[in-house]
Formats: sequence, C-alpha cells, structure tokens
Amino acid sequence: MTVLRRTPWLLIVFVAALCVPWLGSRFYTFLATQITILALFAVSLNLLLGYTGLVSFGHAAYFGIGAYTCAILMKSYGVPFLGAFAAAGVMAASFGLVFGFFCVRLTRIYFAMLTLAFAQIVWAICLKWNDVTGGEQGLPNVPYPELDWLSSLPGFGGLRAGELFYLVALTLAAVCFAVLRRIVQSPFGRMLTVIRDNPERAEFIGVNVRLYELAAFAVAGLFAGLSGALFAIFNRGVFPDFAYWTRSAEALIMTILGGMGHFWGPVVGSLVLVVLNQQITSYTQYWPFVLGTILIVLLFAFPGGILGALHAGRARLPGWRRWPAELKPRDRNHA
Amino acid sequence: MMMLPDPSVLFAQFLGGLTAAMFLFLIASGLSLIFGVLRVLNFAHGSFYMIGAYLTWQGVQWLAPAPERFWLAVLSAAIAVALLGGLIERLLLRHLYIREELYQLLFTYALVLILADGAKVLWGTQQLSVARPPSLTGSLQVLGATLPIYNLFVILLGPAIALLFWFVLKRTAVGRVVRAAALDREMLSALGANVGWIYTGMFVVGSFLAGLGGALVTPVKSIVPGMDVEIIVEAFIVVVIGGLGSFWGTFLGAVIFGQVLAFGILVVPRFSIFAVSALMAVILIARPWGLLGRPVR
Repeated sequence: MTVLRRTPWLLIVFVAALCVPWLGSRFYTFLATQITILALFAVSLNLLLGYTGLVSFGHAAYFGIGAYTCAILMKSYGVPFLGAFAAAGVMAASFGLVFGFFCVRLTRIYFAMLTLAFAQIVWAICLKWNDVTGGEQGLPNVPYPELDWLSSLPGFGGLRAGELFYLVALTLAAVCFAVLRRIVQSPFGRMLTVIRDNPERAEFIGVNVRLYELAAFAVAGLFAGLSGALFAIFNRGVFPDFAYWTRSAEALIMTILGGMGHFWGPVVGSLVLVVLNQQITSYTQYWPFVLGTILIVLLFAFPGGILGALHAGRARLPGWRRWPAELKPRDRNHA
Repeated sequence: MMMLPDPSVLFAQFLGGLTAAMFLFLIASGLSLIFGVLRVLNFAHGSFYMIGAYLTWQGVQWLAPAPERFWLAVLSAAIAVALLGGLIERLLLRHLYIREELYQLLFTYALVLILADGAKVLWGTQQLSVARPPSLTGSLQVLGATLPIYNLFVILLGPAIALLFWFVLKRTAVGRVVRAAALDREMLSALGANVGWIYTGMFVVGSFLAGLGGALVTPVKSIVPGMDVEIIVEAFIVVVIGGLGSFWGTFLGAVIFGQVLAFGILVVPRFSIFAVSALMAVILIARPWGLLGRPVR
C-alpha cells in the first residue's frame, strides 16, 4: 500500500497521455484532445461548485468568450497562438470579474439564475453580432497554431498538425491543472472551502466573503476561457452554441459524474463522458437519452460521483489514508 | 430623423406581442407555481410543453374525421402531460427534496435529455403542424391591424386562467392550503395536512399548464425538436422579471417579455433576444425577487 501511495501517479498519467499520438491512432488523439480540454473546463467550474459552493449555471459564457477571443484574434488579426491564448484567458477573466461582481451579491437559486442570464446575453451577442462573431454561422476555419519548431524535433517529424496541437494542448492544460491545484491548496483555496461550508461563520470571523467569491469567480472564468481557446482550435471553428446554456449543463454533469468532492473528479467525469459518448453513438443516435438515464442513476445512487463512490468503497479497506476533510463530498441538507 | 411607423403597424405589433405573451404566461405560470410551492426550478417544464404539442398533433391525426377534434386533442394532451408530471414527481423527484438545489436542477435537466430523445423516437425530427380549429378560423380587423380569431381567443384565455388561479388561490380552502405549503412546509404538515400530496398536486397542475400551452401553440407555431430548450429559457426570463413564485408577477413578466420582443424587432431587429436576457439580468441585479415578488428569507 505504501508503494502505491508513493507512486507519482500524476506524472505517470501525464507521460502516458503524452504518448497517445505515437501509440494510438489518429482517432485516439482526437478523443484525448477533447478529454483534455473539457476536463480543464470542468475543473474550472469545480472551483466554484465543489470548492466555493456556488452553483453557476452559466459557465459556458466564459468558455465561449475565450473561444471567440482566440478565434477572432488568430483568424481575423493573425495574432500568434500563445498571444491569442493568453488574451482569451484575460478576456474571460475580465468578464468573470464584471459578471461576478453582480452574481456574488445573490445567493443560491438567484445566483444560478443570474449566471444563466449573463450566459444568455453572451450567447445572444455571439448569435447576432454578425460582423464580429459571424452570427449563426460562427467562425469556421480557425487556423492551427504555427508548430513547425515542434515537428522539427527528432521523433516528432511524422506527426500531423492535429497531433502536434494535442501535445501543446495537453502541456498547457497540465500547467493550468498545476496552477489550479496550487490555488485550491493555498490559504486562499482553504478559505473558499470555509465559505462553502459556512458562509455566515466565515463572515463572522472577518472574511470578506463576497470578495473571495468574486476572486474565485474570476479565476474560474479565466481557466474556462483558456479551455475555450483550446477548444476553438481543436474544433477548427467557433459557434454560438459554445455559450448556450446546455453546454453549461454538460460541464455540470461532468463535474458531478466524476465527483465534485475531489480535485480530479471533473477530469474523471470528462474522460468517462467523452469515451461513453463515443462508444454509445456508434450504436445509437440517442446519446442524450442514455446520458439522461446515467445522470438520474448517478443522482439517486452515487451523489458523490465516481470518485466519491470509489472513495466510499476504499475507506473500508485497512491501510488507506482517508482523504483530507476539506475534500469530503458536501452534504448540506436544507430540508 | 427616424420615421415613426404607421400606428396600425404599431398596433399589429402590440397584438402580436400580446399573443406571444399569453402563450408564455400559460407556460411560465406553471413554472412559477411549481417553484413557489416546491422550490424546484423545473428545467423539464419546456419538455412538458413540447410533449403537449406533439400529443396534440397525434390526437388530431387519430381523430381525423371529427370536425372539432382539435379541442379534444388539446384537452387530452394537457391531461396526459399532467399525468406524466405527476408520475415523475411521485416516483422520482420527491426523493430529491431534501438534497441541494443542484441535484434537483440536474435531475430536471436529465428529464430534458430523456424527453427530447423520446419525442424524437416517437415523432421523428421533421416539422409538424396542426390546422386551426374550424370554429376559430378567420380574422378581425381591429384599428387597421389584422387579428386572427384564434389569437384573440389566446389573448382572452390568458387573463381568464390568471383570474381563475387568483380566485382558487386566494378565495378557496384549497388555495389557502397551497399558500400555506409555500410558506412553511413543516408547520403545515404538523397541522395534519398531507404536504406530499399537495406537492404532487401542484406539480400536476403546473405540468398541465405546460401541456396546455404546448397544445394551444400548435396552430400558430410548427412543432420541432429543440422547442423545449428554447421555451424554457424564455419562461425563466418571464418568471424572473415578474418574481419567482409570484402569480401576477408572472403575468406582468409575460406581457413585458412579449412587448419587448415585439417592439425590439422594430427598433433593433438583431438584438431583441439580447434585450430580454439583459432585462432579466437587470431585474436580478436590482430586484432579485422580481417586480411583484417578495424577498424570501
């Protein structure tokens, strides 16, 4: 057991993921790219959902803002990828600050409704501002970043543009995950969990709850924007439904499916969801039906998600360290 | 200088907005009732609306030769949707009341996914449409604007339903119990009322209204997949403007929504969807409990 615990699992997973273009087919690389990007999106949402206890129903807004910023800069202005990527994050974080300023004043269902309202505004702008966003047609043919330097390295020569982009996206996502993990383990992140568990008490001990929530909102927006920028290039185009409310719901499902009580829960959720989607759509076109059914089973039988269920099973084994208390799946009854 | 449009054009626009508003009121009032009493934000409400529309089409097909079959189809579709809602509440949703809102939201979203695909399996993806009932064909000329009699019927039906609900809620024993359930569930059940069945009843009534809205909209709008997710956001906007759980607020919200959309198209055609979402955001920022709602807790 000790050996298992000391194994650097994160490093192993990362290196294994890096090898996908050489080991698997083009299709696996495609799936892996999708998983990586959506995982980043879902983890950014979980900063609000699992760590701060804020149910955002409009997280797709920041995904969409990041995607459109990156696509417009790269396609219309020829900005290099890294510049557009950074700009997407800054743009999404700025909108997160502005929208969040109003959202954190509200609680619970009203908070969720206002995040939804802002996301609908973003969606309506993407849909109707034809000159800039391309309207209903979106912006197709977003160029791949210039990656000639990467393909000139030994061993990388045989890779296609999509596979090279996967390596870049995976690396950038890994950096984002590392930063997010630092954030949630920092005193700032601990304070977010205090606010989640008992906002009134946090207020009493002198914490500026709204300020912390706003900061979490902006940071979540930042990383959602970065994931949107990666998705814009992966998808070779951006479309208004990037910011539609059903995409926010998808991110919530991924987070709940993996388990919002754990940092890596949303990653597991996006992995399972993308692979299941791919498997099931090869049998039937009725994937939403299957997804809805899975979701209902999950809500009733495994409210802690996959990692929550694994943890509950594992806790019975001797020798396993319990997860730190701050990561316990939430159980707040308001009945 | 912008030319002021002809008054008859403005009036026609107003009537169009009013018709749209009354349809929205039918749907949003059900959403508002369910939220007011059960405190559940029901994303599947739009799906109930869609199922109501499809069932009406189906009913009209089955009853083909009967001249006034439309009305029978409408009524049975709304009742079927009400029963479906009751079944879902009784078997599944009630077990989630003790959990956080997030789980209830995601449960109703799961229903959205399932019902949308169910409708695709049963009725395919092509556009379907239903003819206006023979008793309400034709149109009137009002102040230079053309008003189809069917639209007039809808414009009158909205306030009629609002008055009926106002009367039941404020003036009858049943209404008193329902209002008590909205205010304090524990106290009411301590007084001996069966709160579980009141919740089921309200969910059935709310679903009935969604089904009725979907059934009545069929002669005006074609039935397509995706009408469920579109209407639910509009219904959310309406209830938020008026105040979640406030009945007259929903009525006012629907009227405002309809008029903003109708006149927004005249002023800035491309941004009328934007205008209503922005209105919802402004209301939530300035007065989260809506125009006619009361602050809760």
